[in-house]
Amino acid sequence: MTQIEIPSPHAARQHWMATLARASAEDLAERLATLPPFPEPETLRAPETGLVMVRGRAGGDGEAFNLGEMTVTRCALRLGAHIGHAYIAGRDHAKARLAALLDAALQDSALHQTCMQAVVEPLAAAQQAARAAEARKAAATRVDFFTMATMR
Amino acid sequence: MTHLSPGFADPVLDAQASFRAILEAMSRPGRIQHIKARITPPAPLCTAAAAALLSLADADTPLWLDAGDVVAEWLRFHCGAPITPEIGAARFALACGTAPSLEVLDVGTDEDPQLGATLILQVAGLVAGDGWRLTGPGIQQEHRLRVLGAPADFTTAWARNHTLFPRGIDVLLCAGDSIAALPRSVTIAEG
Repeated sequence: MTQIEIPSPHAARQHWMATLARASAEDLAERLATLPPFPEPETLRAPETGLVMVRGRAGGDGEAFNLGEMTVTRCALRLGAHIGHAYIAGRDHAKARLAALLDAALQDSALHQTCMQAVVEPLAAAQQAARAAEARKAAATRVDFFTMATMR
Repeated sequence: MTHLSPGFADPVLDAQASFRAILEAMSRPGRIQHIKARITPPAPLCTAAAAALLSLADADTPLWLDAGDVVAEWLRFHCGAPITPEIGAARFALACGTAPSLEVLDVGTDEDPQLGATLILQVAGLVAGDGWRLTGPGIQQEHRLRVLGAPADFTTAWARNHTLFPRGIDVLLCAGDSIAALPRSVTIAEG
């Protein structure tokens, strides 16, 4: 599966929010523990779980249809002057809180570099490797049918 | 955005308790209820007005307000209500400064009188047992209510609003943590 790259002013933040949302709570806590502790964040919106309607378009440009509902947990925290948001799949409140905390820290220019190196980059690399391994396993089972082009 | 403060400490119980207080206020017009929710809204919003909007406003209720960008940002974040600059399109109007004329608000239609707007009016103070004489549904004899800092000639505008029934504007009067309601069915006489 290829990822569609959308150039956007928020691309960097989208990247780290997506990476944090895909990681597990244990991984986030483990990586966070290697950093010096952050000041206590203020909870703007405690983690809350709800349903989000996932919509799709057949072929990417067809009529919009409702694919189904998905359980999502969201959280918003304030760390100093920055507000961190997290929207994660599932109902893991601890993970939503950690992801929101890291999102706030990543917006802080003083903390950005250390957080990227200690948390986001290793997690992104691990997720990329897992995707590649999955793709390799799937590719091994590919069957090449003869096509008109090869027969001619 | 950086001034954003938390909403209800307990989103479910505080919203339910505030809703109950507003329901009591609406069903006994002129009786003062107290909001017990722990909440620190951004200035100039008072506790009662903030609790009313957090309990009632949502994504389906366009909101008009005169309280500035910080309050608008806070309400948009916590209620998800769209902020409209067009007061006639608003379901809820929040007035912290000079109150808008009741005539510019949407009074609903005879088929859908429930679409009439609710004006949340922040006043200097509410005193029971003195001032206006309120009569109407929900009041056995009469309720007395003195509204400190009420808009000038409010009772005249209210009398006009009352004649539109079943259409009309409902008003929530808020001061600190006190809240009193003037549903469109109530009649106000100067004390």
